[in-house]
Amino acid sequence: MLAEFGQVVLVLALLVAALQALLPIAGAQRGLAPWMAVARPAAYAQLVLVLGAFAILTAAFVGQDFSLRYVAENSNSLLPWYYRYTAVWGAHEGSLLLWALILALWTGAVARFSRRLPPQVVARVLGVMGLVSFGFLAFLIFTSNPFARLLPAAVEGHDLNPLLQDPGMIVHPPMLYLGYVGFSVPFAFAIAALLGGDVDARWLRWTRPWTNIAWAFLTAGIALGSWWAYYELGWGGWWFWDPVENASFMPWLAGTALLHSQAVSEKRGSFVGWTLLLAIAAFSLSLLGTFLVRSGVLTSVHAFAADPSRGLFILIFLGIVIGGSLLLYALRAPGFEGHDPETDDPRSRFAPMSRETLLLVNNLLLASACAMVLLGTLYPLLADALELGKISVGPPYFALLFTLLMAPLVLLVPFGPLTRWQREQASRPMALLLPWLGVALVLGIAAFVLAPRGQWKVAAGVAGAAWVAFGTLRFAWQRLRSPGGRMSAEMLGMILAHLGIAVFLVGALLVEGLGQQRELALAPGQQVELGKHAFRFDGVEERQGPNYVSGLGTVTVLRDDRAIATLHPEKRRYASGGQVMTEGAIDAGLARDLYVALGEDLGDGSWALRVYTRPFVRWIWLGAALMALGGLVTATDRRFRRDAAHREPRATA
Amino acid sequence: MAASKLGRWVPLLVFAGLAVLLAAGVWLSRNPNREALPSPLIGKPAPAFELPVLHEPGRLATLEELKGAPFVLNVWGSWCVSCRAEHPVLTKFAESKRVRVIGYNWKDEHADAVRWLEEFGNPFWMVLVDYEGRYAIDWGIYGAPETYLVDAGGIIRWKHVGPLTDAVVAGELLPALAKVEAAAEAQR
Repeated sequence: MLAEFGQVVLVLALLVAALQALLPIAGAQRGLAPWMAVARPAAYAQLVLVLGAFAILTAAFVGQDFSLRYVAENSNSLLPWYYRYTAVWGAHEGSLLLWALILALWTGAVARFSRRLPPQVVARVLGVMGLVSFGFLAFLIFTSNPFARLLPAAVEGHDLNPLLQDPGMIVHPPMLYLGYVGFSVPFAFAIAALLGGDVDARWLRWTRPWTNIAWAFLTAGIALGSWWAYYELGWGGWWFWDPVENASFMPWLAGTALLHSQAVSEKRGSFVGWTLLLAIAAFSLSLLGTFLVRSGVLTSVHAFAADPSRGLFILIFLGIVIGGSLLLYALRAPGFEGHDPETDDPRSRFAPMSRETLLLVNNLLLASACAMVLLGTLYPLLADALELGKISVGPPYFALLFTLLMAPLVLLVPFGPLTRWQREQASRPMALLLPWLGVALVLGIAAFVLAPRGQWKVAAGVAGAAWVAFGTLRFAWQRLRSPGGRMSAEMLGMILAHLGIAVFLVGALLVEGLGQQRELALAPGQQVELGKHAFRFDGVEERQGPNYVSGLGTVTVLRDDRAIATLHPEKRRYASGGQVMTEGAIDAGLARDLYVALGEDLGDGSWALRVYTRPFVRWIWLGAALMALGGLVTATDRRFRRDAAHREPRATA
Repeated sequence: MAASKLGRWVPLLVFAGLAVLLAAGVWLSRNPNREALPSPLIGKPAPAFELPVLHEPGRLATLEELKGAPFVLNVWGSWCVSCRAEHPVLTKFAESKRVRVIGYNWKDEHADAVRWLEEFGNPFWMVLVDYEGRYAIDWGIYGAPETYLVDAGGIIRWKHVGPLTDAVVAGELLPALAKVEAAAEAQR
């Protein structure tokens, strides 16, 4: 009965979304205040309804109601209680409901914190978000109903995919979705601006913290996913350029460009075209990512063949949302080339050597990287459609091109904050940074000489990280020393995020350059040496888990004949589906991880074992955490909260 | 200014191209028979080869060794996403033990291939290794996955391009195999 109620609640949410989309936008176009006033209450009502539907589905999982098809397919009576909550978003239908819930949360937040904005803008922004919500709710109800009954009811459920039975997976999807869906706010703002035909610095200022928060969540979500892949998949790798990973990385790249572009537009009035386009792109790529992951077009052609209506639905939805926005953009966007003669804002003129130029290069590089990832991800589909055979583009393509595109960006990062707006003598920031470039190069060469098996990756990692870190700190120092120099939250956030790049570079390049690995068969008592460490295999014993049986290995790590750690890699066989999962065991440290994974049982007590050393691998996620923190700190800047209407000396005419 | 106005249409055009591609993807995925291309090799002797064996360093396997009983040859690579999709189907088929399933590891890296099999399970009786694609041209391989059925006399009897599905196994491979087995029975 409860499930039917959930269904009704979802349908009501769909109707409210339709109201929220139609009336306020039409009201704003015609200047009808009562129609526009529908936006806020509709947003709140929708939040309550979607939250209700989500709670009902959660109750069905916790209460193990196997008469619901979705519950029966994704849980099992042996499933531990905490995974019963997270199993709600363990597969297609529930993930979409979570998506809709997070969108409703963002919409509610926009409704709550937009009191200072003109009513037309609020009406249009909430209306656009209502339209997106309508699309998702319709998709849920018509093609992916989580409340569909199973008649007769199943006695026992299949199980939650064992890959997802992990603490990392509890938080990864909500974080990622907070980021994806958060980009709907700048997107809705961009559409509202195009509809209204007026891009005002006040509104730009108002959206900046939203973009920053969404971007911070997306950064954290991607980092969590990478960390999960590292310890859960058992291969010691942290990024695989897998279509699913790429789907989350593309909006991140577009979002990073958007953050910077928004700052220029807000402060200088230039790049408005870029900002609008990037806002559309970041959210469109989030939708595209959802399409690619959810439709199965890329990963497995035939899983999708069962229900082509889903793919068709999302495709039509994408066509309306993305195609419609880009059409609107083509018809109404202001000039693309920074300076816009129509508004003729003197602030928006800039010389070739200026901070604007650097940020333009930043936008171009990030947008190219994003296009490169998109092309690589869709290439198999292209090859398939053109009958070139089934070809996947491997990590070498991505790694090479990404490095080529990002290397100039790393080189330019320290210049950005130190270069003046509008016009700059190239020699000034050069003079400030040249000594630090020297220091970075010396450190890089030293790393090349000192590192065992000297590698260019190690040298590049150390030099790049030192350059970005010292260059960023040089800016912070100059800022603090200048008379009356205060550090705004915005600047602090930028410094943290740029330091995050440095930390990330250390992790990403050093783990590639210095990491070691061995795969071999060991009998109990035998050991393998890797660098300064010896790994002694002490055998595998059987152990019973809540819903699996595991072979629990014991590996003692020795250094100079002293035991420094005992690791327990596992091989779990899940009771319900017989699926086997490898659980790597890690001795974590800031300077290195020691990683052991069990391979196959070779009989007579010996096992295939994989041992890895992963120097500085933690720095990858530490860097991402710094970037996310930077995004959040920036969002707290007092300037964004100040009543824009009262102090607007530079408002565009 | 005119150029810049035109420039604004570029994102829309790019998206239109993308939408056509995605629509093609949706369309292709509705039609599972698109891979049914006849192979000129069907009914002809399988091309001879001499290839290393993945799990036995130093050993070279030839077509002659495999003759005497029918076998299924499955072309795969750890880089191939569709191979991952067909893997459960192939595993189920191999577990029936009706015929030897030989893996043809194509354009891969040794460590990746071993790792892939360990992660997803090894359904193969033996895995041949062709990293340079030396014999792939003889066999007419143009992508992975592809699957061949070769009879006891070394004649190619059936070929499928693209991932195997339960429907392809039940509707094509098993009948083809039954025919091969019946022919062998009749000769005896």
